[in-house]
Amino acid sequence: MSKARSDPLHKSDPIYALFFIIPSVFVIVLIAFWPLAQTFYNSLFKSALMFPQNKIFVGLSNYGALWQDPRFVNDLWNTVRFTGWSVSIETVLGILVALMLNKKFKLRGLVRAAVLVPWAIPTVVSSEMWRWMYNDNYGVINSILMSLHIIKQPIVFLAFPATAMPAIISVDVWKTTPFMILLILAGLQMIPDELYEAARIDGANAWQRFWSVTFPMIRPTIGIALIFRSLDAMRVFDIVFIMTKGAANTETLSVYNQWTLFTRGFITPYFGYGSAMSVMIFLIIGVLAIFYVRMMKIRLD
Amino acid sequence: MKYKNLRKVIFYIGVIIVLLYFLFPFYWAVVSSIRPPEELFSSHPTLIPFHFDFESYVQVFTERPFALNILNSTIVAGSATLLCLVIGSIAAYAIARLKFAGKVGIMILILMVSMFPQVSILGALFQILRSFKLINTYPGLIIPYIALTLPLTVWTLQNFFRDMPHELEEAAYIDGSGKFNTFWRIVLPLAVPGLVATGLLTFIFSWNEFLFALTFEQLPNMYTVPVAISMFTGYYVVPWGQIMAASVIVTAPLVILVLIFQNRIISGMTVGAVKG
Repeated sequence: MSKARSDPLHKSDPIYALFFIIPSVFVIVLIAFWPLAQTFYNSLFKSALMFPQNKIFVGLSNYGALWQDPRFVNDLWNTVRFTGWSVSIETVLGILVALMLNKKFKLRGLVRAAVLVPWAIPTVVSSEMWRWMYNDNYGVINSILMSLHIIKQPIVFLAFPATAMPAIISVDVWKTTPFMILLILAGLQMIPDELYEAARIDGANAWQRFWSVTFPMIRPTIGIALIFRSLDAMRVFDIVFIMTKGAANTETLSVYNQWTLFTRGFITPYFGYGSAMSVMIFLIIGVLAIFYVRMMKIRLD
Repeated sequence: MKYKNLRKVIFYIGVIIVLLYFLFPFYWAVVSSIRPPEELFSSHPTLIPFHFDFESYVQVFTERPFALNILNSTIVAGSATLLCLVIGSIAAYAIARLKFAGKVGIMILILMVSMFPQVSILGALFQILRSFKLINTYPGLIIPYIALTLPLTVWTLQNFFRDMPHELEEAAYIDGSGKFNTFWRIVLPLAVPGLVATGLLTFIFSWNEFLFALTFEQLPNMYTVPVAISMFTGYYVVPWGQIMAASVIVTAPLVILVLIFQNRIISGMTVGAVKG
């Protein structure tokens, strides 16, 4: 007790704390929680964005309509497909490149910088770069595939469901694998060398060392990277919007939601319906987040 | 010995593939931006351009308000970063060092926001900003960006403050310095590495953000860079040369930023995750 009194750092000072905390709380309530509550309120009405006075209370019926809407269900599936594929490919590639960068070699600094750049540029820009490379008439990918005689005719990659989604996934992989690489690399660098020494003395080969030393040590990092990445991938908007605008069965939830709110719901009474979709997306991602946090806690125990 | 050499060769082939994979799209954008149209629109483009033509760069600035778009992005991202650092650092300090009731609740509140799907608040936030007459204004983007980047900033900085030794602050208090003064004069200067790391991440996020910018800025003169580039594509024509030129223009400063602050950015990215 006496120590606490002589130590001003550990005195309770709610007034100061209040002053220090209030700006952050204010901005977050204003920009996140108020709109969230408002979105829920909007979802109870049939209304258009431009005519807020002509709204009709419909209760929760917009939510029922959501699950009757084949486009919503299909886009949910597209989003899950996108997330599953891109996050798994990114994880595997991320581990491989991180293992490479964990070695000392010439060009290592260059590779590390090169890896960081795709992550740093706007997603719009990376999507435009790849959209150009995938172009059917003038794209370099078609040109290379044709000069290697892999294909005879140029492929219109972004027009067919069979190729459009993989093309979109490839852009996401290119753009966000760097995040995985750098996170996993940070995890790798925390493994003490003694562990490898010990494994080597025990006669473990490289493969065994990976599975018995490296992988268990980086598993928590991979877990966290997976959580970040999959919550992020579930919200994907930019890549799809730029590459296809949702055509060729690539539409994801965010793209459909934005369109429903601001194009369809602008003057026709679909703004309320779009708001219900927003709430549903929030709930889906929220449940996923809680599930992940639970899973991690169990592992930490 | 031979076996070891072979392994080395395979390793370096891997390194080269990785480098090519991550760098080729940039190379291609640069090359495409300086090709004359007849070379750009060829079904078998050459890997190295034969002729150089900087017309696309001229067009970007003469046919469109792209200079204004760059200015918009700079103002929005710059202000969001500065304000986020000011607001976030004092909150982080309070969480790390001061005692008060409801601290855990506030941490949860702040961290929850980092999981918010942006689209979930898009419609209502538009209505709210419209009621404050903030659509098509800078604050209409700056304030949302502060909110979106605060969680990471507060989380990273409070980790940083926690790791700082108490002695300096204690000495300052004994000398009669107030809470705010101590924070401003003693603590903040020591936290510069952490501030730079989180500031860079905030800037990059705000510079790159698309969904809010697309929705809240609807006049071409107010577009930020990503929105402006997305609007280059018209109904009938896609000006690929201009799109690539604009992409190169906005990528260049980020590349320089990344090269200078590589280690800071990486530490900012990984600190939250690795520490858990």
